[in-house]
Amino acid sequence: MSYTNVNSMNEIYRIGIDVGGTNTDAALLDSKLNTIHTIKVHTTRDVNEGITESIRRLLAESSVNPAQIRYAMLGTTHCTNAIVERKHLGKVGLIRIGAPATTAVPPLADWDDTLKATVCPHAYVVHGGYEYDGRTIVEMDEEEIQDCFLKMKGEVEAVAICGVFSPVNTSQEKRVEELAKQVLGADMPVTLSHEIGSIGLLERENASLLNGALLNVIAGVVKGFEEALQTFGIDASLYICQNDGTLMYSEYALRYPILTIACGPTNSIRGAAHLSGLNDALVVDIGGTTTDIGVLTQGFPRQSSAAVEIGGIRTNFRMPDILSIGIGGGTIVRLDESQDQVTVGPDSVGYELLKRGLIFGGDTLTATDVAVKLGRYEWKDAQTEALNESICKRADEIITRDIEDAIDRMKTSSDPVDVILVGGGSILVADKLEGVSRIVRPDHYDAANAIGAALGEVSGETERIYSLDEMSYDEAKEDARSHAIEQAVLAGADRDTVQIVLSEDIPIAYLPGNALLVKVKAAGRL
Amino acid sequence: MRNFKLTELNEQAIQYIAVGAAVLGTGGGGDPHIGKLMAKEAIRKHGPVRVVSPEDLEDDALVVPISMIGAPTVMNEKIPSIQQMIKPLDMIEKELGRKVSAIMPIEVGGGNSLVPVITAAERNIPIVDADAMGRAFPESQMVTFYLDGIDCSPITMADERGNGVLMHAIDGVWEERMARAVTIQMGGSASICDYPVTGAQVKQSAIPHTLTLAYEIGKTLFESKELKQNPIEMLLKQLNGYALFQGKAVDIRRRTEGGFTRGEAIFEGTDAKKGSTMTLFFQNEFLLATEDGHSMAITPDLISVLDQDTGMPITTENLKYGARVSVVGFPCDPKWRSPKGLETVGPQYFGYDAPYVPIEKLATEKGGAE
Repeated sequence: MSYTNVNSMNEIYRIGIDVGGTNTDAALLDSKLNTIHTIKVHTTRDVNEGITESIRRLLAESSVNPAQIRYAMLGTTHCTNAIVERKHLGKVGLIRIGAPATTAVPPLADWDDTLKATVCPHAYVVHGGYEYDGRTIVEMDEEEIQDCFLKMKGEVEAVAICGVFSPVNTSQEKRVEELAKQVLGADMPVTLSHEIGSIGLLERENASLLNGALLNVIAGVVKGFEEALQTFGIDASLYICQNDGTLMYSEYALRYPILTIACGPTNSIRGAAHLSGLNDALVVDIGGTTTDIGVLTQGFPRQSSAAVEIGGIRTNFRMPDILSIGIGGGTIVRLDESQDQVTVGPDSVGYELLKRGLIFGGDTLTATDVAVKLGRYEWKDAQTEALNESICKRADEIITRDIEDAIDRMKTSSDPVDVILVGGGSILVADKLEGVSRIVRPDHYDAANAIGAALGEVSGETERIYSLDEMSYDEAKEDARSHAIEQAVLAGADRDTVQIVLSEDIPIAYLPGNALLVKVKAAGRL
Repeated sequence: MRNFKLTELNEQAIQYIAVGAAVLGTGGGGDPHIGKLMAKEAIRKHGPVRVVSPEDLEDDALVVPISMIGAPTVMNEKIPSIQQMIKPLDMIEKELGRKVSAIMPIEVGGGNSLVPVITAAERNIPIVDADAMGRAFPESQMVTFYLDGIDCSPITMADERGNGVLMHAIDGVWEERMARAVTIQMGGSASICDYPVTGAQVKQSAIPHTLTLAYEIGKTLFESKELKQNPIEMLLKQLNGYALFQGKAVDIRRRTEGGFTRGEAIFEGTDAKKGSTMTLFFQNEFLLATEDGHSMAITPDLISVLDQDTGMPITTENLKYGARVSVVGFPCDPKWRSPKGLETVGPQYFGYDAPYVPIEKLATEKGGAE
């Protein structure tokens, strides 16, 4: 066999870190994307401490020279938590380019009052907007827009701009951005809605506002990550994980923090794909509290088609299609003696499993105790003798049935599918499941999310309405494809490796000229 | 049905009606979400809107339906202006030289159920507890007023720029052609008033108490959660409906024909229906349901797809692979079963070669689809 012998001194490494609610996982991969080492630490109150600790242990235990680490990827729940907890959110001024249309539903109509006051002290609807075919509805009045910015001056930290049918024609949003910079200063961060979401004005407007409100949060994340890496002498390119399974430059993330929402489950799915070598399968990620099931299609997670709520706000930007059920390693098992009935969950002992689980000398019967009692997993020094085998068997039947049922819900046909099991709780699952052709348990299964974070692919996407009276179906798809590819290259992908990973179209009812909404996504390697 | 009648629309009522309207929308009619937000906003500004029962209308009262015509996708992006929701009414009043006493929804299914609320609130006039479909249909002539030969003119339309169009059409079919053409010029979504009618004509031709019906359906689906009861069973009891199928969406084929989304949704049976396949044929709305090739429900009877757990309705646009659903059917208003009704909205009109058989009959033939 003849191949270039890579001297490990010259090897280039990458690290991936996934910050979840309970654990912070880290993984070290080499240039061939082999997993060298993985680490799991508790997520700390100051999230950066957990990140620093995971890097410290990763370096110490792998003995890799920090100078050989060239890429560092971070996936994090910071932004989701900020919205859900309504903390650290910045103030955003909104310009909707829509009047005289759209006045029947003003901005922030479905927001609760506290969030409204926290996030958006200034919202204005100005004249302008486009039709679905890109024609102008009415011209903009630049003085009117400048007046709005003058009113915001000194009271907002960012600006969000959302115009009617801006995904079809971006000119007006871009012009309003120029006006914003003129009045509020060139440094004022501006979010343009067409870069964030798809057709559906209110949902795209909401997503743009949240994006603006998260700019401070993501700036803190990127700064903390940079500092942590510097501490260990790592001089790497920084990437932040997006929720579609691809990466963005940290500079890009600083502008589009909303795209990080829900990247955790996505990272698990991507990691599972890599570890198993499968491109089409269901990924079942069993943690301490929940089981998240996602669908791997051509190496990427299937997207949800419905409007998605984040912290009670309806948005329409892409999200992975995940089904969560309340079963995890720490899920509590109970016996109702009066009815002779065994129940499982939905509550969990969470990260206290090693203290509270019966086999560890604790006081609570958990799903992990059941799995160990039934011989599914050998835990050193586990105390299983006292456990009632019949209760364990009944609990196991419930757990298996619930997981089988959830798997069935995510399938696209009744044909058996391959299932990749990842996450620390995957020991709960028996070796055979109804409707499953093959169960794959890859190595490093409990760090699939961090490995997924480290896998460097960057993407671009496009969503446009075409009139099939003016061009053929193939021409429309081709135009959308080339636009998506350019977007991917802009985001940092190597042009030679860019592939179309998603392509779908939806005919638009009641429109003439055979209007077709086309969505395309392209992704390529770094 | 309880003997309850809506007397006013507040924010809670809007919430319920939006869900009920999606069930009656039979998969089409557009997502009531924007209509709901428009109505809530109007109520916040002007207070609750009065609801008048058709039987309480004066015979010579002028009642005008208002709705949106065009692509729901466009309306979700280019949301209507407030002015646009008043202008067609002003134009009708000017043309007829008299004031409108009340307005009404033209269709209770889908987004148009709540569109009239903003007009009623802005003009401080009541909304009639009735509509002219009892469900959703895709074309303008598919209303009970048309079956009774009521004049659809004058017809008025408006866009958000301030453009208004006044038309006189010889019948509902011509209205559909001309209004559709105007809608395209107005950017794919416009407001429209047609079939200005008298109180007597509402009593004679409209389908009564359908806002109350939508409200009750929505209330049932919300309350079933608190009562821990099966929402679908509660709904079937309430609407004299039939559980047609339980299963999982395995294939959805859509294509555009003549500006409409047509296609088929295919479901594989689960539980009691294991081994069977249901196909739903749709043109925006679900129009024909077959199980293993046998008709189970046919337009104009209502076919709805509900989430198996929550009972919440799923539209054709939102239906996706893997969805676990219950397909349910309800008898339509008897007006639609007349020869003219079937000629207007029966299976042949939509190009399906299944003969119309009432859902009750199909259910007994199958030995009770219940």
